[in-house]
Amino acid sequence: MKYISEFRDGDVAQRLSEAIHRETRPERAYHFMEFCGGHTHAISRYGLTDLLPSNVKMIHGPGCPVCVLPIGRVDQAIRLALEEEVILCTYGDCLRVPASNGLSLMKAKAQGGDIRMVYSSTDAVTLAQKNPDKHVVFFAIGFETTTPPTAVALKQAAMLGLKNFSVLCCHVLTPPAMTAILDAPEKIAIDGFVGPAHVSTIIGSRPYEIFADQYGKPVVIAGFEPLDVMQAIRMLIHQVNEGRSEVENEFTRAVDRDGNRKAQGIVAEVLELRDEFEWRGLGTLAHSALKIRDEFAEFDAEKRFDIAYVAVADHKACECGTILRGLKQPQECKLFGTVCTPENPIGSCMVSSEGACAAHFTYGRFKDV
Amino acid sequence: MCLAIPAQVIELREGDKALVELSGVKKEISLALVDHVAVGDYVIVHVGYALNKLDPEEAAKTLQLFAELGAAGDSDNLLH
Repeated sequence: MKYISEFRDGDVAQRLSEAIHRETRPERAYHFMEFCGGHTHAISRYGLTDLLPSNVKMIHGPGCPVCVLPIGRVDQAIRLALEEEVILCTYGDCLRVPASNGLSLMKAKAQGGDIRMVYSSTDAVTLAQKNPDKHVVFFAIGFETTTPPTAVALKQAAMLGLKNFSVLCCHVLTPPAMTAILDAPEKIAIDGFVGPAHVSTIIGSRPYEIFADQYGKPVVIAGFEPLDVMQAIRMLIHQVNEGRSEVENEFTRAVDRDGNRKAQGIVAEVLELRDEFEWRGLGTLAHSALKIRDEFAEFDAEKRFDIAYVAVADHKACECGTILRGLKQPQECKLFGTVCTPENPIGSCMVSSEGACAAHFTYGRFKDV
Repeated sequence: MCLAIPAQVIELREGDKALVELSGVKKEISLALVDHVAVGDYVIVHVGYALNKLDPEEAAKTLQLFAELGAAGDSDNLLH
């Protein structure tokens, strides 16, 4: 597969590994956070930590949309399906996220809720067109990558004059989450970030400049293939060795400084900043998520239905919160691999393949046995 | 969730849509988020939308860096 296979070449990975070993200073430790779940997944799937020297540590970041979605948001979606009797559609990853009362969207479906998995936001609009007698809600989650398709769907719905379509908008933003990690009272050692791949195709590399300039943290944007991640780690090591903190871009084949301005424009037309939004693990963060603009209020499920957001605490033994803040590793959670498994997730990090717990369960857990 | 794959545009269709192909699998996607896409271009596909065009020259440059790696054992071949 062009642009995929050549970025997974094992021989090149070996040579990159050798270069990294050569260039790493043995007298110091390097701690890098990969912000994105996509990178977490690649690191686990391809065993990249085994290719790194022991003094280069990767810390999983909070960039997994399903993982940072708090219980209260899934509860809202379930209420829409069970109490308001809408057709609730969402991406597959959302269906198994544990919610209140032992429910998930999947279990709510078993209870009779009309809950459907869609591949694309467009499918949700089509569903509304085909079911004029039912109200269709698209439960929209995700970072900046997934936001523009939601904005397009909202514009489509407005253009078609749909009266039976709305969106439960839970889109979140990457830079405020990075700020939250760096400003957290419980400081963790981070010498630099592997910056998002596909988020950056939309927002560009400019929004990370504050982390290099003001926080003194190098950021290297990397593609999601294993060689991309290895090369980005290598570039971070160079920056640390040379005492630099800059935003560099390994993923030049898809990312530039400005990002996709057309997509940014469409998003800005339809969505605006929320005052605050609760994240799982990171707490309530100001200006960290998006809501639907007043001009599109008729398509805002939170305005159309009585589903006020209620915060719900996580399972008390679940370590998702500390894992999302980079403080703990999945295997340090008592529930990991015992009661909490991908088949029966207790915490959100065990749900999606890019969640730190699911990635470690699937690919890394036998190393520690 | 943010996973997306590069696929080649093989046909432009009405309504800002295109047919893309990846290893023999064909799918109609939306081009609503990108401009100036032509047949033969590679686009990064995510939830049914092309997010961006892939720049073949930049991809070749990155691969060239990998190819040179280890040959000289040098540390200078980094992207900046």
